[in-house]
Amino acid sequence: MIGVISYLAFFGTVAAILAIAVLGLNLQWGNTGLFNGGVAAFFGAGAYGAMMLGGPADPQQLGGFALPYPIAFAGGIGLAALVAWAVGLLTLRLRHDYLAIATFGVAVALEAVARNAEWLTGGAKGMRGFPRPFEGLFADQFTYNLAFLGFVVIILIAVYAGLERLVRSPYGRVLRAIREDEVAARALGKNATRLRLEAFVLGSAIIGVAGVLYVSFYAFISPQDMAPILTFQIWAMLIVGGAGNNRGAVLGAFLIWGAWTSSGFLLSKFAPTAVQIYTGPIQYIMIGSVIVGMLLWRPQGLLPERIERTKTGNEAPGENASQG
Amino acid sequence: MIQNLMDGILTGSIISLGAIGLTMVMHMLRFANFAYAELLAIGAYAALVFDRLFAALVPLTDQTFGGLSLTWSLTLATLAAMAVTGASAVLIDWAIFKRIREKADALSMVFASFGVALIIRNVITLIFGLKAELYSNDIAFAMVLSRDPLLLIKPDQIFVLAAALVLMAIFHLVLSRTTFGFALRAVAENPALAQVAGVPLARMVIVVWLIGGAFSAAAGVFYALTNHLSPLIGHNFLLPVFAATIVGGIGSVYGALLGGFIVGTASGLALQIMPSGYIPAMPFLIILAVLLVRPHGLFGEPQT
Amino acid sequence: MSGDSILTVEGVEAGYVKDLPILRGINLAVRRNALTAIIGPNGAGKSTLIKAIAGLVPVSAGTVTLDGTQITGIRADRMADLGMAYVPQTDNIFKTLTIRQNLALVLRLSRRREARLEELFALFPPLKDKQADPAASLSGGQRQMLAVAMALAREPSLILMDEPSAGLAPKAAAEVLDLAHRLTREGVSILLVEQNVKQALRVSDHCYILAEGRNQVDGPAADILADPIVGEIYLGRRRMNDA
Repeated sequence: MIGVISYLAFFGTVAAILAIAVLGLNLQWGNTGLFNGGVAAFFGAGAYGAMMLGGPADPQQLGGFALPYPIAFAGGIGLAALVAWAVGLLTLRLRHDYLAIATFGVAVALEAVARNAEWLTGGAKGMRGFPRPFEGLFADQFTYNLAFLGFVVIILIAVYAGLERLVRSPYGRVLRAIREDEVAARALGKNATRLRLEAFVLGSAIIGVAGVLYVSFYAFISPQDMAPILTFQIWAMLIVGGAGNNRGAVLGAFLIWGAWTSSGFLLSKFAPTAVQIYTGPIQYIMIGSVIVGMLLWRPQGLLPERIERTKTGNEAPGENASQG
Repeated sequence: MIQNLMDGILTGSIISLGAIGLTMVMHMLRFANFAYAELLAIGAYAALVFDRLFAALVPLTDQTFGGLSLTWSLTLATLAAMAVTGASAVLIDWAIFKRIREKADALSMVFASFGVALIIRNVITLIFGLKAELYSNDIAFAMVLSRDPLLLIKPDQIFVLAAALVLMAIFHLVLSRTTFGFALRAVAENPALAQVAGVPLARMVIVVWLIGGAFSAAAGVFYALTNHLSPLIGHNFLLPVFAATIVGGIGSVYGALLGGFIVGTASGLALQIMPSGYIPAMPFLIILAVLLVRPHGLFGEPQT
Repeated sequence: MSGDSILTVEGVEAGYVKDLPILRGINLAVRRNALTAIIGPNGAGKSTLIKAIAGLVPVSAGTVTLDGTQITGIRADRMADLGMAYVPQTDNIFKTLTIRQNLALVLRLSRRREARLEELFALFPPLKDKQADPAASLSGGQRQMLAVAMALAREPSLILMDEPSAGLAPKAAAEVLDLAHRLTREGVSILLVEQNVKQALRVSDHCYILAEGRNQVDGPAADILADPIVGEIYLGRRRMNDA
């Protein structure tokens, strides 16, 4: 019984962490229509940022300042936001797919840094020994894990509640207007670019929160943890749940993480050894098929966006486009 | 330094071939296609299959020539792979992208292309395995061009560069001399106006996928011939071909050709100043630099 | 509609977004070998109308008939086969192609391409002189000339022009409109949209005024020019007896 609860707590913690990242992506993609091709980069920036500030000192590396947890936490978020700000500044005023290419590029570049800059990131072996928060307060590992799950869930709820308020506020309506209506966006001019940048940085910071929690939980981070597949998993979670719907984003995170872990479990348990070494590719094909299949057959996701839409606002674009 | 430059030019020619189709598709269909580079992998592996097939059917073709590790069967296999890859590109567009662009926006296309890339890459892994493959297990010896500084070049590399330049020259003649070429350039520059000028857009989309697929297949084979085959070819070439199209300006075929060489040589020369582990990030730095200085690229038009 | 019309548009509704027509029931007829102009305030749907006829904007109701053939919602690339050509307002030439290549492109399936190219160059000598240059090197007026030449290349019976004088200097604008007028005397019918009302009325034979996606007034250009109400609204002229 303890084993089951312990496993469920473990599963729930990871799924809740990923759900936070999906919420961050939802602000960018679902609410503002910004494409983030490098979710893993911002996740990784959060994790590495926290590790460098809060991790133990290592004579071979810069960083490891062993700073208090809140500072490490804030630092991780700050690094993710900083990267997002730099990329967004360069690309958000350009054609929308430049952002997709640049964010994908950022993920490749940061992964290269994580893999190679041993003096900074520990290289391929990663960095270990992050002091897990409040660990001293609990007698045994089991209670600590339950408490950590509670900690993550509280943050998830806080992020969810904050985003719900945000998207229902006038600010959220402006973001949707930018997404829906190019003319409205153009009418806002420089403001639209600034609002896009704000939404992009805020979303990336939330993805960074997920990264910080991830390193807090595992006390370890390596380039493997920011591999491109993470980006695809988080996308699949959002598209399955329903882009634009925060409840859908959380639902999608738990569903896809459940499907991912159980498929991995089934393959390792029942598949012949020859197939087992291909567990990764099989699961990747699964994620790719989920993304493509949802876009083809149910692009609105399981829980579609519920926001009221104005219909009349669309009258202008056609004629304006024709005047070209 | 000169060695890095030579290697960079060679890689550049491969990137250029890969970028030709991408720049046209990106401009016509108005989305960044992240599955495009997988066409290089499809081409390289299709050539592997045909090569083995031809060599088994007619053993006589399994002979190398001119100091190359290239055989007659691989030459034929490359041509077959170009056809198969072009057809795959058309098929993927018909099965997935066409359906999505009929009902959704450009961002959904970008999104879908990531999914398609993931599927293609891992299906290739399932079929051919994770380990690297070679067309020929014979060791190709490098020629020593100079001892001080030490300069090495393999006959295969010279062949690949020459073949890539020949393909580009043929394409240039088509673009500059035939009305079919004018139609291609017209579609790349302004799809709506091309339609008004009597060019059937739907058919041109198919033609562009065929051409892009064929060139990508050649690029994939050329890479595999001078390096090795791996399911990660597509992943590894994705950023370089994007960088080439952005440097050249989206929609400009000549820009993409030049962009490919720029990205290739820059990455080669970068080895002088940074460890090889960082080279995958080089195209990204080039993209950032272009976006900062000249967002529409060398030959592109400013656009929103 | 009368038999001397080359193009008739009946009850056309069209727009970019489904269920949101910009045009709401347009009727018009283009007379053979005459210049018909559509004028109206900004945003009236003039450009949309001409694009709907050319097959570039989906038509949701009504019919378009060219020379007795129903062409409602044709594919734009089939226009020339049916004897119609369209000159867009902006970006109406391929800047990266040379002038000759621009024209050859339109004629790419024509059996008498070379001969027709020479005919066009005879018609537009300035283009002949610069035929090997990229079209990007042309001046504004020359670009419009090339665009008209491209439209004429396949010998259409009807040419649709979307604000041919837009963005041109007054002299070049007048020249383009004079050219359009001259063409109608040489056996081509023209339907053009113009922002420049005075110039449009000067060269056109018949005129439609469009506002809010509907026909408002139509009549011979001379009458419209004389109409005091139209004069007041569109030409900024005061009514005679006011002063």
